[in-house]
Amino acid sequence: MKLIFNIAWTHVSTRVRQTLVGMAGVSMGVGFTIMMAGLMQGSQLDFLRQLVDTMPHITIEDERRSVPTQPAEQEYGAVQMADIANVSKRPGIKYPETVMNSLRSWIPGDVAPSAKTTAIINHGGARIGITLTGIDPRREVQVSKLASQMREGKIDDLSRAPNGIIMGEALAEKLGVKAGDTVLLIGGQGIQLNSTVAGLYRSGMKRVDESQIYSLMGPAQVMMGQNGVVNQLRLRLNDPMLAQKVAAQVEAQTGYKSVSWQEANADLLSSFTVRDFIVLTVMGAMLLTSSFATYNIISTITHEKRQDIAIMKSLGMREYAVRRIFIIEAAIIGIVGILFGWVLGYLLCYGWSKITIFSPLTGTTTPISIHYSAMHYVVVGAISLLCCAGAAYFPARKATRVHPVEIIRGAS
Amino acid sequence: MTEVALQAVDLVRRIEGDVSHTLVNGIDLAVNKGEFVAITGPSGSGKSSLLYLLGLLDAPSEGEIMICGQPTSKLSESERADVRLTKCGFVFQFHFLLPEFTSLDNVLLPMRAAGVMAEGAMRERGLALLGSLGLAEHANKRPNQLSGGQRQRVAIARALANRPEIIVADEPTGALDTKSTEQVFSILRDIADNGQTVIVVTHDPALAARADRRVHIVDGKIAEITERGGAELVSPSIAPCEISHA
Ligand SMILES: Nc1ncnc2c1ncn2[C@@H]1O[C@H](COP(=O)(O)OP(=O)(O)OP(=O)(O)O)[C@@H](O)[C@H]1O
Ligand SMILES: [Mg+2]
Repeated sequence: MKLIFNIAWTHVSTRVRQTLVGMAGVSMGVGFTIMMAGLMQGSQLDFLRQLVDTMPHITIEDERRSVPTQPAEQEYGAVQMADIANVSKRPGIKYPETVMNSLRSWIPGDVAPSAKTTAIINHGGARIGITLTGIDPRREVQVSKLASQMREGKIDDLSRAPNGIIMGEALAEKLGVKAGDTVLLIGGQGIQLNSTVAGLYRSGMKRVDESQIYSLMGPAQVMMGQNGVVNQLRLRLNDPMLAQKVAAQVEAQTGYKSVSWQEANADLLSSFTVRDFIVLTVMGAMLLTSSFATYNIISTITHEKRQDIAIMKSLGMREYAVRRIFIIEAAIIGIVGILFGWVLGYLLCYGWSKITIFSPLTGTTTPISIHYSAMHYVVVGAISLLCCAGAAYFPARKATRVHPVEIIRGAS
Repeated sequence: MTEVALQAVDLVRRIEGDVSHTLVNGIDLAVNKGEFVAITGPSGSGKSSLLYLLGLLDAPSEGEIMICGQPTSKLSESERADVRLTKCGFVFQFHFLLPEFTSLDNVLLPMRAAGVMAEGAMRERGLALLGSLGLAEHANKRPNQLSGGQRQRVAIARALANRPEIIVADEPTGALDTKSTEQVFSILRDIADNGQTVIVVTHDPALAARADRRVHIVDGKIAEITERGGAELVSPSIAPCEISHA
């Protein structure tokens, strides 16, 4: 083994230029792949973080996923009812406080009630459909980041202004209103309410900022025409990744439709999957391409070393031992290349993280978010090493398979 | 009764293909331990082909080679490699030394590949071998820093490294001047006198005459065997197919 390593080392160390080219190839492949992984996961996590911060992790609605079984069905096995509208006669979650208390006892997080309805906001001729969510300011802080997203005013200001509402900056801009202005809300049943803009927030999600308005429970219930109704419970979990599991448990316990943030954003998340697939393919191709330099070098060396291979085999060295020489050479090139690639990858990521971009959407300048993960380095390194080994294996196998007699005859 | 180091029985080596060709065509030969055999014959007569078979570098199409009484025809490629490593030493017309390594490292190669000796013992033996071939001061030179004769002597030292039973040499002096040729032959003669078996292919009749036995090959068959001193054992007038399987 020492002998094999010795020969391998001699081959690569006497070909400095070629070896360096090979190492540079591997380094660049590894470096850029790590950079891409960091950028991709960074932006993805950034987006998810925003999503998770902005949205309740689980929303419990006052509806059921399927039509409840009818009394006749419960009574008689043969009866099956069809075409029943999935509408409960009375809106709202029954005994919301009891449900919340029972949930609080086991969910790893907190829960708050809200009253959600749709309305039209009318100001200076502009009419925009919005979602109005009535909240309880004291409990709201437990389940949302709204408090930290406030740009003007505080959540508590809701109770100070008459029929106070908090709207997204984006919507305020669209309507041309400022804090303190009065707007008209028109509910589904024609109920009208003069509201004061008590504060402005920005979640960073355009979709939310342009359509989500908060008020106290009272005004929202008035707009619904249902006094005292709580039609939504919103949950915040310590670990947002548990949302799907917890949502299923909540639904099983309460019978109400419980939607995790993942389910609510399934379309977005599935677009991530496609993006992941594309990026992973590109990264794999990059690593594969970067090992071509190694392939080239090992091909050249095995070709130049045909006589050495022949004599080693004729002296009695086994074929696989001779082949291993070239695999080790590729490994040397690969390992050194990967080490430099790691450094390069880190520097590239660091460089990117220093670049800030201006987002016309949010109007802020934020640094590009990079996700640093040891896993990237390990996985990219391992794949690259594998590519190098493969790149060496085939030319090495071809060269060491040759019968020594063929070469000895040719040289004599 | 002298011990037989190597015995070939009805050896045939054929090349199948577009141009089918019989390189070695039924050779029977027994070589004693410590014997120095020279193989001669016209160019293309199959001398090298025979030598590759005798050194287990090539596998016969038919027939059997026994090394120290062990049949080898059933061995796999890697088993033959193992036998070569310990039982056969090769010297070719071209030295085939590894160019990046010193003389000593080249001599150590078979010992390291066998991996039975300690590093210190290997170096000691390597230096002793080089010394005995007059290369003591060239131990740390690389092949391109040596003369043709010196390179060939390093190659001989390498062939001797694992104390093989049999040394096979294919025109080892083919590319050397008279003085180096003389030197190399004396060395091979000494090796045989020390009890190792030497089989050498040569074109030089004067050198062949110094062997214990001369085997003349024509068209892949033994045409004549001459003992030292001139006794002709097989007359060329006898048709090759009638050569007794002695
Ligand atoms: N792979 C092959 N395919 C076809 N014919 C071959 C092959 N290898 C060798 N031969 C032929 O076999 C014959 C014997 O070759 P070999 O090398 O054994 O001769 P030789 O006696 O050593 O000749 P020389 O004295 O020139 O070295 C030659 O005629 C050669 O052309
Ligand atoms: Mg020949």
